[in-house]
Order: sequence, then structure tokens, then C-alpha cells
Amino acid sequence: MFSFVARRIAVAIPTLLVLLVISFLLMQTAPGGPFTSEKPLPAQVLANIEAKYGLNDPMWKQFTNYITGIVTAFDFGPSYRYKDRTVNDIIAQGFPVTLTYGTISFIVAVFVGGLLGIAAAIKHNSWLDYIAVGITIGAQVLPNFVMAPILLLIFTLWLGWLPGGGWNGGQWNYLIMPVIALSTSYMASIARLTRSSMLEVLRSNFIRTARAKGLPNRVIIWRHALKPSILPVVSYLGPAFVGMVTGSFIIDSIFSTGGIGFFYVNAAFNRDYAVMMGLTILLGTMTIAFNMVVDILYAWIDPKIRL
Amino acid sequence: MTNISLNPQQPKTAAMAERMAEVSGRSLWADARTRFLRNKAAMVSLVVLILVALFAFFGQYLTPWDNETIDWNVLGNTKELGRPSLANGHYFGFGESGRDLYSRVVQGTQISLMVGVVGAAIAVIVGTIYGAVAGFVGGRVDSAMMRFVDIAMSIPYMFVLILLLVVFGRSIVMLFVGIGLTAWLDMSRIVRGQTLSIKNKEYIEAAVATGVPTFTIIRRHIVPNLLGVVAVYATLLVPSMILTESFISFLGLGVQEPLTSWGALISEGVKTMNYGMLWQLFFPLTFFVITIFAFFFIGDGLRDALDPKDR
Amino acid sequence: MNLSIKSVLLVSAFALASPALAAGTHPVTGEALADSQTFTYRVGDESPSIDPQIAEDVDGGDILRDLFEGLFNQDAKGNRIPGVATDFTVSDDKLTYTFTLRPEAKWSDGAPVTAGDFVYAWQRLADPETASPYQWYAEVMGLKNASAVVAGEMPVSELGVRAIDDHTLEATLANPLPYFPDTLVHGSTFPAPKWAIEAHGADWTKPGNMVSNGAYVLTEHVPNERLVRERNPMYWNDANTIIEKVTALVITDENVAFTRYQAGELDQTDIPTGQYPTLAKSNPDEVVVYPSLCSYYYMFNVSGNGPEYLMDKRIRQALSYAIDRDIIVNQVTQGGQFPAYNFTPAATAGFTVPDSIEYGNWSQDERNAKAIELMAEAGYDSANPLDLTLIYNTNEGHRKIAIAVSQMWKQNLGVNVTLENQEWKTFLQTRSDQAYDVARGGWCGDYNEASTFLDLVQSGSGYNDSKYNNPDVDALLAEAKTSDNPQPIYTKVEEIIAEDMPIIPIYHYTGVLMMNPSLKGWPIENVQENWYSRDLYRVAE
Repeated sequence: MFSFVARRIAVAIPTLLVLLVISFLLMQTAPGGPFTSEKPLPAQVLANIEAKYGLNDPMWKQFTNYITGIVTAFDFGPSYRYKDRTVNDIIAQGFPVTLTYGTISFIVAVFVGGLLGIAAAIKHNSWLDYIAVGITIGAQVLPNFVMAPILLLIFTLWLGWLPGGGWNGGQWNYLIMPVIALSTSYMASIARLTRSSMLEVLRSNFIRTARAKGLPNRVIIWRHALKPSILPVVSYLGPAFVGMVTGSFIIDSIFSTGGIGFFYVNAAFNRDYAVMMGLTILLGTMTIAFNMVVDILYAWIDPKIRL
Repeated sequence: MTNISLNPQQPKTAAMAERMAEVSGRSLWADARTRFLRNKAAMVSLVVLILVALFAFFGQYLTPWDNETIDWNVLGNTKELGRPSLANGHYFGFGESGRDLYSRVVQGTQISLMVGVVGAAIAVIVGTIYGAVAGFVGGRVDSAMMRFVDIAMSIPYMFVLILLLVVFGRSIVMLFVGIGLTAWLDMSRIVRGQTLSIKNKEYIEAAVATGVPTFTIIRRHIVPNLLGVVAVYATLLVPSMILTESFISFLGLGVQEPLTSWGALISEGVKTMNYGMLWQLFFPLTFFVITIFAFFFIGDGLRDALDPKDR
Repeated sequence: MNLSIKSVLLVSAFALASPALAAGTHPVTGEALADSQTFTYRVGDESPSIDPQIAEDVDGGDILRDLFEGLFNQDAKGNRIPGVATDFTVSDDKLTYTFTLRPEAKWSDGAPVTAGDFVYAWQRLADPETASPYQWYAEVMGLKNASAVVAGEMPVSELGVRAIDDHTLEATLANPLPYFPDTLVHGSTFPAPKWAIEAHGADWTKPGNMVSNGAYVLTEHVPNERLVRERNPMYWNDANTIIEKVTALVITDENVAFTRYQAGELDQTDIPTGQYPTLAKSNPDEVVVYPSLCSYYYMFNVSGNGPEYLMDKRIRQALSYAIDRDIIVNQVTQGGQFPAYNFTPAATAGFTVPDSIEYGNWSQDERNAKAIELMAEAGYDSANPLDLTLIYNTNEGHRKIAIAVSQMWKQNLGVNVTLENQEWKTFLQTRSDQAYDVARGGWCGDYNEASTFLDLVQSGSGYNDSKYNNPDVDALLAEAKTSDNPQPIYTKVEEIIAEDMPIIPIYHYTGVLMMNPSLKGWPIENVQENWYSRDLYRVAE
């Protein structure tokens, strides 16, 4: 496994570099720039600004300067939009926010979703199954841009129990609505994947054999059936975890949490190249890392899978 | 090795594997159909889905109103004058811009159903083939293919969409391209994971040993064993794709006024729900919810029907 | 229940016993003040910067006016009143202004506010190294050598500003500019603490690092979440500040913000599109409407790159006439906006809307009839319809207006309109490339004078995305710059625009706010919307 991780890290660096080059080119070719506005800046002012940020250098030079800055000083550059802040500032402020509510949402989604899925599979076609399926579908069909304002109406306006937004250092009552709004659809997906794959495993021959041997149901489920049946769920969880901890534009904008989910989308709209690149690196690194974790988990789940 | 003892019925020789696969290959589909037809929830859902499709394509004939003409008397006072009414033929009332909501829902259903079906099809076809090939071939090919997926998952998607708009202009085809770009990524990772596990099964090893061509193995042995999870995951993708459409349209690449979609209608409805115009959210959301329910049960039905062990 | 009543009584007993505490009466109006003097309002987006010389947006300007104080402030009606400067004199050639600064003005760290702080700030504004998006403001102020400094051709020390002593500041202009003192109300001209900027670099605007000379100091700033400023005891006029703590909450969605206003979390928010008429009836004491210096318009592409028919002014007139502005403002935007038949808003200082713009006085039926006639003359009718594309940037309000306009054109003139929305920056690029037929535009005045609007139709203007080019208009606008009484010239320009119709004026904006009725002192009559938290107060309910 050690050599596997080393190999993957060795591949990760060129992968990230390719990702950066493509993203950089995409951004540069997109219409408009960071300083395009309804009132265009006078040419001289624009030239001064571009000189300050090095945007008048040839593209390859901008790119190499950027990479050099990261490698030598861990400096991801200034934000072109939020002129008092650097990309490092923005990530340092926003990432802990999304990491907090994302991780909590992930844990909630995995536990609730997993248990619902297992329960539904064990009692296939029973009322418990129908209830579990009903809950998960209900959770999934309500898009979070519908659910979030409804939560706000109920808990903030009508009941007055929870603050309508803000972060406040991640105090528990500020976390509840973002976590509910973010976790439900993931929870539903996890439940449904768990259920379907558990059903498949429960009907396989080795489980029949185990039953034939007279093992108690509990042992069969937890000791034998669970591990092979979480394989597709684990495949799903890698990208899902990354998606949750890098936050959601809808959550950040409706609940004013100040996380990087909002910055990611806004940086694209504002053509804030450096912020976009910084967040792409973050997203890319995490995607690569967690897909690697998933691959390691495969080998743990099914020892016949070679790393 | 313990797995073998747990699978006593697994064929032991390559010849048998081939023959068994041929036999079950034929019967698999026939059995699946029978089983699917016996699944009540799935059949009801299929009927519902057909009704929604009929509504989308023929619903317009039930109303004299079209989806773009503004009723100037209602515009600006939708709350009082725009309520749903059977008497005046505005069955679903009016939208915020003073247009007949029924006919807008009809037309939005066309777009969103298409997006859902086409998106799911792209995810299933591309994702399954890509994931199965990567997982089965393995080695450097797998590594390269999966690193490509890593990159595609992290690329700023919005810029890709904007460039599509700039280069190709706006069209319904580009909307499907936009949806298809990302729809298959998660699917390919799930399929690959399953393939990694399936390919170590004895019957696959046997097929490899007897020199059955790679793509025949993938087609005959790997893919049929994946279909259950593929069917379920594909239905999970449908709602998110229907909603992704409204983001793509936001950028200008997808559908434009006066055309609409469920995503657009729902987000308009959310804006006015606090101001006494709940019907503007209720009707499009109901159609969305019913359809997603139908897709889910059909997916589950397909999974049950396609489960090769459930014979 | 009993307990809480008791504690309320207890608290009020204390309040009565010690009138010197927060609760008291307003020094001028005599109204009873509330115990808790806080103000929480919604902003739609995080401001790009709160550095006085770098800030660029309206919300940032509001924050700056609380944190800093320039030479002059504005009163509730928008008149210029003394700030750090108590008085000034002008030389006979009207080129040199000498300002006397108040000696008691202090920074929040106790240092006196000196003329040198202004010199540093203005030089910093013009300095190409600072690369402020507002550098051009140094040229708007008319400071001597501003353009050369901005271009990097002269050192900043050559800029027309110097400190005669700690409390005397001298500004030299390139040309006489009667409204020079009025430009000094703007945040870009506010003083900057050199020592703090040098100690912390770009981080100087963070809470704890920031030194400021306004009525408030920055105490908390979480980007995209909140910005809190609290009373500055060092402020020279602190005794008259009533509001203790001001919080700006960043809430992107106006409907979410409104829900939070209803829940009592906000004292002020924008009224969501279309809700003004309902709220004006249900909550009349909370609704605030005021005119603002902005125009909403559609522009034609008359560059020659666009469709040939747009070069025909009859078609442009017909399309303009066929838009029923009353429907747009009363039934679509519904925020008390003013229907527009000319470009410059009536609220602009020294500007009267000309009566001579005929089509503004017709009834809509007359306009429609005339529009059909003009289209027929130009060779288009419902049998031979015109096809055009209308682009707008993706936004709820723009979308609704575009839908209504496209239906008006279709129903009245048989025009086939294709609507196309685009993401903001793509939209701006399309517009400035003249790759459109008709596009949406919005324009807000930079200062309170008609030329800030009419310059848009000047052929050389960088803002003229129509590429309208009329030498007569250019000549008139050049003449207006030096004229003592430019109003007749502006009238003439507006008449030409109404005739040539390179743009379709649609409405003049208003601001519509929901405001907690206990909050008083909001400057409704200040059309530039320059408000100062220290002028606000909360009355007891």
C-alpha cells in the first residue's frame, strides 16, 4: 500500500499541472476580464491595474510566475475582486467554514442514509422498506434551493428558533439549517445506493451459504453482507465528500455562511482568475486525494482487488 | 480462496463459463422483462411517466392560452387576479409575468423530461463503458482514464459552458452537451469500482484464460452484472440534471425566454412563495416530484429485474 | 411571565433613575431614544474593498463614510457641510483652494488628523502603484498634473496638493472647477493613515489594524458574512453620535433578506421586486421610497455592424414608442419608478426635464398608432415582420422587463423578438463588441449633474456601446462643459436623442427600502443616497 500511495502522489503532480493549465487557458479565453464593468475603466487606469497584477505579461509568463509563487512562497496571488485580500486569506477564512458544515453534513448523511438503506434492504418490500424509500425520495426531490428558503421561513420567521443566517464561528444554532439543507439529498443517494447494493449481496450465494450454516441474521448482515455491499457507496462517497466540504453556492448564499462555495461560483462570475485557480487547486487536490482513499478502501473491502 | 468455497455453484471451467453466460445471456433479458412487469410500483410509475410525457406533448391542446402572451390586466396583480381557476381556463393560474402557468408547465415539462432522459442516457452509456473499460483493462490505461476523470471533476465547469456558448452559440443541442459533460463522471467511478470487484470472479478469470476477447467479456459478463447499480444511480442523477439545466440556462447556453423548464419555474415559484402566490411553486414542483418518484421506482424495478442472482 | 414584567419594570426604573445612560432624548428633535442603539442593514454583495482610495462600489462608500471623514460631509438634503475642513478660501484665478482643518480631529489611535494625511491619501489615489480602479477620480477632481501622475509620467509629488502646515491644506487645479469642493464628499478623497498602511501593508484594512478618523471604527469583518463598526470615542464630534453599533450583513438573495427583515434580524433591507405596492398598503410606516440618479434604458446597435434596419431612425422611434412605460413601472418593476422619455433623471441637480420631447406627452394609443405608421413607412408590418434579438444580463428584473417589452413589440408592431440572456461578463463583452441588435443598459450618475448622463451619447465616450455618432451632439456637449448655464444645451441634446433615438429611455430608478419604523434620520431627500450612521437614531417604541 505504501508504494501505491507513493505512486499515486507521483502521478498526482502532473495531473494537477494538467488541470491547472487547462483551467488557466479556459479562464483566459472566456469573454470579459476581472476589470470589465458596466462603466469601462479609462485605458490608462486599466493599464496601471494590469501592470500591478502582471496581467499584461504574456500568458506563459503569467502562468510560470503563478506556479513559481506557489512553489517558492505558497503564495496563491491576490484576489482581483476583493482587493484587500489575497487568495490565501480567502481560503483561510472560507474553507474552515465549509469544512465544518460539510463534514457534519457528511457524517449525518452517511449514518442516516446508510442505516435507512440497510433497514430497507433487510426488510425488502415491507412497510419499513416503503417508509425508508419514501423518506429518501422525499429528501431527494426537494431541491436545496427550495428547501433552504422553506427552512428559513419555518425556523426563523414562524417559529423564531434559529438565526436566519451568518456563521458566528460555527455556533451550533447557526449550523443546523445549513447541515439539513446540504445533507438531505446526499443522505437520500447514500440510502438508495446502500439499499440496492445490499439487496444484491443478500441474494448472493455466500450469504445463502451463511444462512444455511445457521448464522444469526445480525451476524450475517454486519459481518458478511455489509462490507461487500458498501463498495458502490464508497465509490460515490469520494466525490461526494469533496463536494460537501468544498461547500455549496446555494447554502453559502442563502445562509450567508461566508464559505468557499460562494467564492467558487462568484470568482467565476467575476473572472477573479487567481481565486478561481486557488480554489481549483484545492478542489483538484481533494478530488485526487479522496479518489485515492476510495481506491485504498476498495482493497480493504475486497482483498482480491489489487492496488 | 475462501470465496470459492462460498460460491459452490460458480462454474469451474472456461467452457462452462461461456456456455452458462450464453444461456443466461438469453434468458436474462426475458426474465428481467417478466420480473419488471410483475413489479407493481414500477409499472404504476411507468404509467405515470407516460402520462407526464403525454401531458408534455399534448397538454397544449387542452388550453386556448399559449406560454408567451401576457395578460396585461393580470400583470402586476397576479396575487389577486392570477389565481388558478377552472372557470377562465387558466387551470394553474398565472406566473409572475402575467402568462398562463398551465401552458408554461406543459412546455417546461417537454424540456425537463428531455434533459432528464438524455442526461441519464449519456451518463449510463458513457459512464458505463468508460468505467468498465478502465476497471477491466486496469494498469496504466485505468490510471490514465481515472486521472482524466479527476481532472474533469475539478475543472471550473462554468468556463467550459461559457466557452461552449461563445464558440457554438445557443441551441438545445448545446444544452445536452453541457449536461452530458459532467453527468457521466460519477457514474464511471462507480462502474469502475464494481468492475474491479467483478473481474476477480472465477467466471471472468476463466473467460480470460480461454482467450475470450476483452470487449466481449466486458459486454457479456461485466456489464450485465453492473446493470443493477447503474439503473439505480442513473435515476439518482435525473433530478440533479433537471436542475443543472437551469444553471446552464442562467449562463445563456440553455433555454431562453419565453421557453422555460421545471428548474426555471420552480426557482421563480420559490421567490414568490412568501408573498401569497404558492401555486407558482406548487404546480411545477408537483410535476417535478411526481416524475422523480416515477423514475426512482422504475430504477428500483429495473434493479430488481436485472439482478442476475435473483432468478 | 411575572418575572419578565418585573425585570422590565426594574430595568426601566434604572433607566429613569439615571437619565445619563444610553436612553435619553434626541438633542434636536426631543424624541425619546431607545435603550439599544444599533443599526443592522443588508448589503447584496461583499464590497471589493474598504480602503478609501481603492473602494469602488456604493456599499463600500457607505462603509467608508462611517469609518472615515473627509474634508466635507453632506447633510440630510445632500448639501455640503463641514467635515474635517471647517472652512476654505479660493484664489482669484479660481485655481487654488486653501482648506482650514479642525485641530480637534483625531484618528482612532489618538493621532491628530493633519493636512499631510490628506496629501498622502490623494497622492496614493493617483499613484499608478496603488492601481486603484478610482484613479480617474483624481482627474474628476481636476487636480493639477493628475493625468500625468496617473499615467506615470510625473512623480506623485507633482500632484496639485500640499500641506502648508498641519492644519492647512492647499489644492491646485488644472482648470477652474466650480464644483471642486463637492467632489471632496467622495470616499476616494478621505485621509489615509500612512503609519498604519506602512506597518500592515494590504492587511491594514483588517479589524485591529485599521486606524480611521470617522465616527465609527471597524471591529469585525467576515467577508461575505458581516461587517461590524462601533462608535469611535476619539471622533471629534463623538458626543453627537447616537447609534452605537452598525452591522452590515451580506445577504445575496433579496427574498431571503426580506424574510430575515420580517423575522426582526434586520432594520433595513431592499423591497423585493414587485412587492412594493402590497407592502405600501400593508406596512406604510416601514416603506421608504426615494428617487435615485440612475436610468434604465435599451440601446440600439447603430455602429453599422448590426442589422441594416436599425440604421433607420423611423424603426428606432417606432420601437421606442411601442413600449408602454407606464405598464413597465406600474405592473412590472412596481417600485415607484418614473417612466422615462428622456435620459437624464428629473432628480438631477439643475436639470429640468424638457417639455419639448413630444412623444412623452402623447397617450400610449397615440404612440402605438404613430409606431405602426413609422414601421409601415419603413416597409415592415405584420405580413413582413421585423426580426430582432434583445439581449440582457441574467437577472430577475431585467428578464421581466424584457418579456414585457418583447410582447409589446410583438402585439403592437408584429415584431418577432428573440430574447437572449447572458451571464454578466459575457454580456458586457457582447455589448462592447457591438455583437447585438438591442441590449439592455443601466446608468447611474457619478456626480449630481446632467453631463454624467449625457456624456454617454458622445461619440468618443467609452460608455457609448450604441456607437451613436452625431457631431452636433458632440459639439453641444463640449460647449456645455464651459457654459455658465448649460440647461438649454442639455435640453437641446435631449431633443436630439428623442429624435434620433439611439437609446430607448425606459425609466428612472428609485430606491425602495423596508425600514424599521423606530429608526429615524434616514436622508430620503439626499438623491446621492449618501447616508451617515451617526445621523441615524432609534426612538423608543
